[in-house]
Amino acid sequence: MVATLQLTDVGVRYGRQEVLSGVTTPVLKGGEVTAVIGPNAAGKSSLFRRIAGLLDGPGTIRIDDGALRPDPGHVCYMPQDTSVNTVLTVYESVLLARKQGAGRKVTDEDLHEVDRILYDLQIEPISFKGLHELSGGQRQLVSLAQVLVRDPKILLLDEPTSALDLHRQVEVLALIRSLARERGICVILAIHDLNQVLRVADRVMVIDAGTMVSCGPVESVITPALLQTIYRVEGRIERCSRQSAHVIIDGPIGRS
Amino acid sequence: MAHSPAIAMPQGRGAYRVLVQRKKLVLLALGLVLVLSVIADLGLGPARYSMREVVLALMGSPEVSLQTSVVIWDIRMPVALMAVVVGAALSAAGAQMQTILNNPLASPFTLGISAAASFGASIALVFGVGILPWAIDYVVSINALLMAMAAALFIHFMSQRRGVTVETIVLLGITLVFTFNALLALVQYLASEQALAAVVFWTMGSLTRATWPKLAITTAVVAISLPLFMRRAWALTALRLGDDKAASFGVNVRWLRLETMMIISLLAAVPVAFVGTIGFIGLVGPHIARMLVGEDQRYFLPASVLSGAAILSLTSVISKSIVPGTIFPIGIITALVGVPFLFSLIMSSRRRSW
Repeated sequence: MVATLQLTDVGVRYGRQEVLSGVTTPVLKGGEVTAVIGPNAAGKSSLFRRIAGLLDGPGTIRIDDGALRPDPGHVCYMPQDTSVNTVLTVYESVLLARKQGAGRKVTDEDLHEVDRILYDLQIEPISFKGLHELSGGQRQLVSLAQVLVRDPKILLLDEPTSALDLHRQVEVLALIRSLARERGICVILAIHDLNQVLRVADRVMVIDAGTMVSCGPVESVITPALLQTIYRVEGRIERCSRQSAHVIIDGPIGRS
Repeated sequence: MAHSPAIAMPQGRGAYRVLVQRKKLVLLALGLVLVLSVIADLGLGPARYSMREVVLALMGSPEVSLQTSVVIWDIRMPVALMAVVVGAALSAAGAQMQTILNNPLASPFTLGISAAASFGASIALVFGVGILPWAIDYVVSINALLMAMAAALFIHFMSQRRGVTVETIVLLGITLVFTFNALLALVQYLASEQALAAVVFWTMGSLTRATWPKLAITTAVVAISLPLFMRRAWALTALRLGDDKAASFGVNVRWLRLETMMIISLLAAVPVAFVGTIGFIGLVGPHIARMLVGEDQRYFLPASVLSGAAILSLTSVISKSIVPGTIFPIGIITALVGVPFLFSLIMSSRRRSW
């Protein structure tokens, strides 16, 4: 049985200030990729931290991983901020992520899993570099390796490709999508690039000013009307083939 | 991406195992330095013994005179071993403080725990006031210990109230340092000349106060604390990746901080209570360990313990060697030797550790 996630009227409060409210989703199933889009400071990261259990707030988050009691370790969250300042190698940091909540002894299986994930993300050449020596994009890949190695059922990725070049963006998103399909992972992904959303996501959730504006299949949510209301941009969506579509911006550059 | 490792996958695990072996060798080397330093420490004093004599006395060989044996076992041994356990305790406390506060400047001194201990001791030395009146033999030590624990608890609960952030704790620590230093100055101002001398000497830190019971208590604290830390090795290392990430790995960050802070306060307070203020071990030990083995707690903690112990033991050797026949207060020497040593390490290190 694949994992499922459902949010009902979920919100986040910092003290008395409500930064997010009324997020309700249908049942998000394992194998599907849900993209969360919206302007900066809309409340996307707060939503991720709420689902990951790092923030309190109203509403219910129903996680079913097929077990009688859901394992909290099955929800893995990759924060937006990947900066670290610690004397650990990439390999050690990924192994560390895998060993959380497990025994002290490092088994052959642990090392095999670390090797595999580094290989999948093509970062094995930097395996024994220090984390503090990495570029922003490399740090993002390592951070992704740390969550993937934990064999997640629910995967929360907060802008995982924001520091990557175009080639890496395409490859990483393709990997995330295929892992979601193969392992039945329920992926929720915050991302700004709407073209990538059109390519990779099954479903889109739009957050604006602390509320959920819409949630549904990609084609029905990403429309010229959305570009206008959420981003205040004139544009259209052009579908080239079954697997590719583009957002084309028509409006003028700068304030008109 | 190549998401089908059907073809041969590069074996990072081989390189990882080599890395682990190297770290174990570093720990072994540090242990060896420590043993040699202790032997040298036992040989030095008003009467000097060769390394051979020390080893023979330690093995209980009949070749060694009774007098030599008594000097080594009864007079020098508690002091030499006290240097080891105090160095170990302070360095472990510093290492974990730097870990949970994510701050390279953290040590028992930064957070005012040592300043609180000094103030507690000074009350006993100057006014003869014990916080626990029935423990008259240990009045100075117990005052120091209780004040240090109170400081640690104060920091913890204040920072809890405002939501624990690294900056809050460090700021609170700095305010405590100033507060307790001012109170200490006030006590010194009010003190008689004789009591003033006692306070000043106490704040310098000296291992010559070591006795077998004090050694036993300090050793017990270290022996209980280290396994508690080791049990949490993966979680403590994860803290260094950031709170959000550690929490998302299932680490209870708040509870881990509280638990670690309590153990740290004990590790920092007990040595200060028994031997006075000894600076820089809590800062230098972890930095050396970090440069040698990195921050995987499974190796970082033992390396911190061993390097702290070795440094304090070597400092004890130096404090006896500067002017033969005179033992300088070790607190003075740790600062004078430790700081240039740390400075040279930082400047020569190619790896940026912070």
